[in-house]
Amino acid sequence: MDLILPDYGLLFWTGLVFCLLLFLLAKYAWKPILNAVNAREQKIQEALDLADKTRAEMQELQAENEKILKEARSERDALIKDAQEIANKLVDEAKNKAKIEATKIVESAKVIISMEKAAALKDLKNQLAGYSLSIAEKIVRGDLASDEKQKALANKLADDINMN
Amino acid sequence: MTAKNTLFKLVFNFILLLFSFGFLSNLHAEKKEEFNVNEMIMHHVKDAHEWHLWGSEHDGVSLYLPVILYDKEFKVFNASYFYHGIHESQKDAKTGEIFTFYKGVGLAEGYALFHEKIYKLEEGKIHFKEGHPHNEKPLDLSITKNVLSLFIGVFLILLIMLSTARFYNKNGAVSPKGIAKFIEPLILFVQDDIAKANIGEHKYKKYVPYLLTAFFFILLNNLLGMVPILPGGANLTGNISVTLFLAMCTLVLTVFSGNKNYWRHIFATPGVPIPILIIMVPIEIVGIFTKPIALMIRLFANITAGHIIILALISLIFINKSIAWSALSVPMALFISILELLVAFLQAYLFTMLSALFIGAAVEEEHH
Repeated sequence: MDLILPDYGLLFWTGLVFCLLLFLLAKYAWKPILNAVNAREQKIQEALDLADKTRAEMQELQAENEKILKEARSERDALIKDAQEIANKLVDEAKNKAKIEATKIVESAKVIISMEKAAALKDLKNQLAGYSLSIAEKIVRGDLASDEKQKALANKLADDINMN
Repeated sequence: MTAKNTLFKLVFNFILLLFSFGFLSNLHAEKKEEFNVNEMIMHHVKDAHEWHLWGSEHDGVSLYLPVILYDKEFKVFNASYFYHGIHESQKDAKTGEIFTFYKGVGLAEGYALFHEKIYKLEEGKIHFKEGHPHNEKPLDLSITKNVLSLFIGVFLILLIMLSTARFYNKNGAVSPKGIAKFIEPLILFVQDDIAKANIGEHKYKKYVPYLLTAFFFILLNNLLGMVPILPGGANLTGNISVTLFLAMCTLVLTVFSGNKNYWRHIFATPGVPIPILIIMVPIEIVGIFTKPIALMIRLFANITAGHIIILALISLIFINKSIAWSALSVPMALFISILELLVAFLQAYLFTMLSALFIGAAVEEEHH
């Protein structure tokens, strides 16, 4: 029966000791422990949040980088294309110019050549005429050296004229 | 300095005197009693003024504990004045049954110890009537086995918790190491899964210190009770006085933190007609007390039952007077011991959880 009857002595000591324990633990154990643990929990949460934020930022940055890279690439392509076009144009232009120049040169050369030729021909003609005159003079001088010969020539010339 | 030293020595000697080892008197050695299971188990489960260490009868060794009585004045002496006192027998006035008790000598003169309870002698006698002494009892504030066990348990809790707290004080909010690594999950469990889950996000903080203290007090004393020798072996959390006090704490907390909503549900449950309220209100009032009483009985019965089962299983060997029985009783006692380890945690959890639940019901806001 006394198993289920409370004993005042033990009740007194339990009360006293438990209250003391509660006071001591609340002040010197639970408070610092829970403060530290909760502070740590907060710290961890903050660190996690920061990590998430940083990761998002990194992702954003990466996306931006990729975008910039893509833009740069397309710009480069465009630049190369433009440069090629310009180069092609320049080459074509140069080619055309050269062609025109060449034709011009050839033409002027032709003109000069023909002019020279004409001059040379004229000169030749003049010289030939001179030579012919001198020859003719010589011939005529020889033919006219005697009366007979003058007569024969005159006849001959007259014949020629007739024949013509 | 010397005065302080002398005082310290005096107090130390006094304490040493109060706790004295001794051999059980040989007074009842002549009549060899049969092994009485009931008596043995009850002796182990109940409180005592000695801490029995080993042996029995001729060669029993016990630690005798201080007796503190208040009988008009305080009387402090060692319990050996009873155990080494006079062994007397007396007849029951009605049934004629013979009871034996220890009659105190020396400082314990005028008192007698019967079934670990101290009675005041009347004309040098205890008057037994139908198995119960009818003598006056002085207020017994002795450091009994359970009280000493209580001191040891509380000392251990303080040691563990203060060293855990020191770790955090020294290192700040870092991940736990050493003893803190073991204690922290339990503290967090009580805080988050017991207090916060049952009381609610906004109000739980105030009750966490009590719940934590109750949890570790019950847990550690449950575990100490499972250690078969000093400093364990006392059935502290299986003592109704201890569970009564703990349940009273929960009752007081519940009643004093009850809000308007809580009291209205007891005295004027919404939606219940008045004639039924006349029946309901007494039931609800009884309900305030049955909850902590259930707490008290649950812890007491579970822990005491565990002790009784283990002792009964071990007793099988002595009942049958054959060591062969240990092949059965030892494995079974081991199994029950492991079960009791679980129960030690479970009961600490249940007590705190239900306390938190009752407090949670008392502080709950009205639902719309």
